[in-house]
Amino acid sequence: MPDTRLPVAPAASRCPDIAVELDNVTFGYDARTVLSGITMSIPRGKVVAIMGGSGSGKTTILRLIGGQLKPRSGRVIVAGQSVPDLDREALFEMRRGLGMLFQFGALFTDMTVFENIAFALREHTELPEEIIRDLVLMKLQAVGLRGTAPLKPAALSGGMARRVALARAIALDPMLVMYDEPFAGLDPISLGVVGQLIRRLNDALGITSVVVTHDVYESLKMVDYMYFVAEGRIVAQGTPAEIRASDEAYVRQFVDGEADGPVPFHDPAPAYADDLFAHD
Amino acid sequence: MNRSTIDLWVGIFVTIGIGAVIFLALKVGNLNSVSSSPGYRLQADFENIGGLKLRAPVKAAGVTVGRVEAIKLDSKTYQALVTMKVDNGYQFTADTIASILTSGLLGEVYVGLDVGGDTKMLADGGRIGKTQSAVVLEKLIGQFMFSKAAEGTK
Amino acid sequence: MTSAAFLGLAHVLRRLGAGTLAFITRLGFATRFALAVIRNSPAAVRRIHLTLRELYFAGVLSLIIILVSGLFVGMVLALQGYDVLIRYGADESLGILVALSLVRELGPVVAGLLFASRAGSAITAEIGLMKATEQLSAMEMMAVDPMARVVAPRFWGGLIAMPLLAALFSTLGIFGAYLVGVKLIGIDAGAFWGNMQAGVDFRFDVLNGIIKSFVFGTAVSVIAVFEGYVAKPTAEGVSSATTKTVVVSSLTILALDFVLTVFMFRGLGV
Ligand SMILES: Nc1ncnc2c1ncn2[C@@H]1O[C@H](COP(=O)(O)OP(=O)(O)OP(=O)(O)O)[C@@H](O)[C@H]1O
Ligand SMILES: [Mg+2]
Repeated sequence: MPDTRLPVAPAASRCPDIAVELDNVTFGYDARTVLSGITMSIPRGKVVAIMGGSGSGKTTILRLIGGQLKPRSGRVIVAGQSVPDLDREALFEMRRGLGMLFQFGALFTDMTVFENIAFALREHTELPEEIIRDLVLMKLQAVGLRGTAPLKPAALSGGMARRVALARAIALDPMLVMYDEPFAGLDPISLGVVGQLIRRLNDALGITSVVVTHDVYESLKMVDYMYFVAEGRIVAQGTPAEIRASDEAYVRQFVDGEADGPVPFHDPAPAYADDLFAHD
Repeated sequence: MNRSTIDLWVGIFVTIGIGAVIFLALKVGNLNSVSSSPGYRLQADFENIGGLKLRAPVKAAGVTVGRVEAIKLDSKTYQALVTMKVDNGYQFTADTIASILTSGLLGEVYVGLDVGGDTKMLADGGRIGKTQSAVVLEKLIGQFMFSKAAEGTK
Repeated sequence: MTSAAFLGLAHVLRRLGAGTLAFITRLGFATRFALAVIRNSPAAVRRIHLTLRELYFAGVLSLIIILVSGLFVGMVLALQGYDVLIRYGADESLGILVALSLVRELGPVVAGLLFASRAGSAITAEIGLMKATEQLSAMEMMAVDPMARVVAPRFWGGLIAMPLLAALFSTLGIFGAYLVGVKLIGIDAGAFWGNMQAGVDFRFDVLNGIIKSFVFGTAVSVIAVFEGYVAKPTAEGVSSATTKTVVVSSLTILALDFVLTVFMFRGLGV
């Protein structure tokens, strides 16, 4: 790689209080533009929610932060480093401090629950087996599933698998954890428990949390700041108190769950009537 | 499946696999016999080698003692020059006769060595003086027909 | 009319050109991928238990099909071979006929084909499914390289298993021929083994057969991990990748076999 020194990051990103910063990021898969100018900053030690309709690009934002995708333009800065400019080694180094709960769990199906959670510990540390065992059981206890340790992921229900994936995401005690839909498929009781768990982990270990979710009520209860994404942009942001009080149409649509509003329910497509009569 | 069970099975698999390779090498192939063992070379000229091929056996009294290593045409004498590699354990007298023989009507072609009474032995690179060429069936039949025809006209 | 035909021809040519280009691009990509696998192989050695695990899946689990097929192929070869040889009174050459067929050709090739459909397809399906369910993505996000952790052990497991399986196939085949030829038909056991040993050369026949099986094992393993790794992350994607592994591996084995045979047995006067 030629030595293209990165442009100096803006003052805010070098400030140690900012864990993640996205600056005017655009991104698209092939021809389709998904993000057109996202700017957000996630302070260290806070729980920040990213909300938005289905397909609005929330998962894509997390992948950009984790360095799995490179933005078309704009900057992605994690802990003061520009992620797209990291080489493979530096990227992996950064990811060791990163935990991610995948939207669909992504548990390793050929390993037991125990092995899943021990995976990162075994790969990245030389800890003795007893300590790994203790750590794994601790994480499992935190999500209330210590009894499932010897099971294969196939034997878990959807909600249980999600909690196991959550335990795996925090196995290495990362400094930044990204949760992609942690509440999906959970019953109301575990939903509350997981919400509180994210909050507690955040406060007790001083980690930074990014929570992608649809669940406005649950997030209003536990997050410090919220971003609303629609049509590839941030359309609203604020603390829970500000969000509750806000009368912005986007926010109201989400909070009140109305089908009609600025966030279109339909994916962009030619006019319905045109499609229906296209054969003429 | 726990790790030690896997290790055990893999161990069994590798063992029998290597066992199979050894079986193929020793029992099926001839790793333990002449061709790969150190040997010395003998040469012989033949009028006609018939269907002799490289690696054909060299036999004395029916025992394989070596293999044909090279076959060339001598550009001066227009005879076939056959180089044989013979096992070190066997010595042959200087008046040995080499013949091109066939086992059975359609069997493999080999070089047969018939030992004489000389006291001198052939050394490495030695040349076998007396040779007997291959019996070429077509020629035999041709001769037979010719003589029969000659008889018939009488 | 003629202009339509011309357009049709142009279309066909364009398709053909695009197909060829796509094929060559894919071949280049596969080669680059294979090099990446080799580069990541030290990790597979360091985590030897992962490779042993794959050796178990590729090798031990293929044992039954390989052993049984080998036995039957050998028995059939003996029956058919005897039927022909006896016409020329050369029934004692049965041993060498069977041994040479197995050691030079059938062992590596048939074991390779069975290996491709038994182990190769399993490897592709497994990696493809891990990709479709984001397990590979998750691994990357955990700073673990799937090339080192998932792909390289499977590659080496397959590579090591294949020559051993081919040798076992040939061995069982020869044993099957022995059963039919000697025990059933009654050919003299001494002649059976003796002719075989006299006619089968270690370096030219046995070793060349082993080299073939090594080459086939490498080819099948590369194809299997590659197809899995580049599979579309959907159910159809994985299923078509699995099919592709079997088809491409089989054709590759047969083509390589021809090329290797030309090089190995040329100039033997055979
Ligand atoms: N691998 C991909 N290839 C092409 N397009 C993709 C890919 N992944 C996502 N997209 C598109 O990008 C857009 C944003 O996807 P993304 O997964 O980020 O949405 P999301 O906000 O996480 O949605 P959800 O809430 O349903 O998970 C979608 O329109 C989707 O069609
Ligand atoms: Mg998503």
